[in-house]
Amino acid sequence: MSGSLLDSLFIFMLAGFIGFDVIRKISPLLHTPLMSLTNALDAIAVVGAIVLAGEGKSTLAVILGTIAIVSATSNIVGGFIITDRMLRMFKSSRPGKA
Amino acid sequence: MESASVSQHLIEVIYLIASILFILSLKWMSSPATARRGVLAGEIGMVLAIAGTLLHHGIVDYKWIAIALVLGTVIGIPLGKVQMTAVPQRTALSHAFGALCVTLVGTAEFYLRSPDVPKFMMAVLSMEVILGSLTFTGSLMAAGKLQEVLPQRPITYKGQNFVNLSLLAASVVVAAYLVAHPGARQLFPLIVGIPLAFGVFMVIPIGGADMPTVISLLNSYAGLSAAAMGFVLNSKLLIIAGALDGSSGFILSVIMSKAMNRSFTNVLFGAFGQVQTSAAAEQEAKTVRSASAEEAASILAAANKVVIVPGYGMAVAQAQHKVRELYDALTKRGVDVKFAIHPVAGRMPGHMNVLLAEADIPYDRLLDMDEINGDFPQTDVALIIGANDVTNPAARTETSSPIYGMPILDVDKSRTVMVIKRGMSPGFAGIDNPLYYFDKTLMLFGDAKGFVGNIVRELSGAGGH
Repeated sequence: MSGSLLDSLFIFMLAGFIGFDVIRKISPLLHTPLMSLTNALDAIAVVGAIVLAGEGKSTLAVILGTIAIVSATSNIVGGFIITDRMLRMFKSSRPGKA
Repeated sequence: MESASVSQHLIEVIYLIASILFILSLKWMSSPATARRGVLAGEIGMVLAIAGTLLHHGIVDYKWIAIALVLGTVIGIPLGKVQMTAVPQRTALSHAFGALCVTLVGTAEFYLRSPDVPKFMMAVLSMEVILGSLTFTGSLMAAGKLQEVLPQRPITYKGQNFVNLSLLAASVVVAAYLVAHPGARQLFPLIVGIPLAFGVFMVIPIGGADMPTVISLLNSYAGLSAAAMGFVLNSKLLIIAGALDGSSGFILSVIMSKAMNRSFTNVLFGAFGQVQTSAAAEQEAKTVRSASAEEAASILAAANKVVIVPGYGMAVAQAQHKVRELYDALTKRGVDVKFAIHPVAGRMPGHMNVLLAEADIPYDRLLDMDEINGDFPQTDVALIIGANDVTNPAARTETSSPIYGMPILDVDKSRTVMVIKRGMSPGFAGIDNPLYYFDKTLMLFGDAKGFVGNIVRELSGAGGH
């Protein structure tokens, strides 16, 4: 258990560094779509909820898992749709550049 | 047995691919040219991860999963199609949904595992649930304020910070007890319930103009709670996604609070927003110069360089499409028009950029504070539409001002300043803006949408050759 815990900490640290480095480079122009995109990606928590709802270990787990899937899925679907809608609106005045 | 372990390995490989796609997704967000590819990468990663999870050998019943996925999609589609002006409240709402998911999963995991929960596991599980619950109610409150179903102004009372800190401390104490005694199942509802209350109280004292910081902070909490959930479930994919979201929200919070020259603690615990009557009374004797749409149009038409400074008032008045017409009319006359975007203009990071992009204004005309500030001395007209505190020169000079030290747009360095404003009321911080009393400043009193429309009419009609 402690071995996998340490692994988890390593992964968290590395992902945190990647996050800081990648996100610092994002132009303030795109901060709103960035937030809706990270929100959609964060809803990957749905994988935990799917296992809970599907394993059926207890009634409570199935109920909570099912509600959790609904809320995470609405974030995934809504988040990706609105991010793409926003990004489609950003146009350059120089033709040829999307 | 054999097939179970094969599918477990397959799932891990799928999660690895999804992780790579998530990181690429954010990397491609760095430029508008590649950003849509980033969304596609995120979508593929998400579909792969969900499909992979469905292969999980422990899943015996797909009925509820299918119903929930369909229901979530049905709710998600309209949430993805809201008006652009409603994006801040939609974002706050989605933080609430994300936090709800994490809190529910954490709660279910506790009752499945208790009393057999190792100390470290219980500690991260508590963190997951505490952060998740306070983000859930905090985000709902923020969404309510942004949607204006709740009052936007800060609500403060005596001992507020003491109450808030006590609630937070109480939930940490209960969590610590649970770490020592994970079998105390009856105490678990407390580390859900107390943070739920804390989330409400935390956002009550926060005013509309502080929303960009608060939304970013809640974004960060939502990410961290998801990462904590990844520790509990030993899911590397979830840890990575949570860490990315957490660091994104954290960076945005830092940028926002820097742009207001305030610390996190100041935003969360230092609600200012009461009108300073003494300062306002002192200013009353001063006079302002006002101008009509016709006068404004002729000055703009004669200019070479115009910088438009939009603020939340432009969003409220839904004036962005009229602003686009003004941009077109001036550009046609050969005037160089740029937009100056302060980091905290509007109600969330990047709010103004999205509204102006929606109105079809090319994004290379939208410049960040640091990029544009050097241009103001060569600017003929700075036209301020619905912005106030971010242009207040008192932030540079008056040490007694509550916004002293806040970086501002140097509009006062341009030759002429025009301010479209409903009346002389001060901004959110209740601070009078000396800019309005300068000789070079012209006040254009009226509704932003109507006034800009009038200027456009003057430019295209009477002022034509």
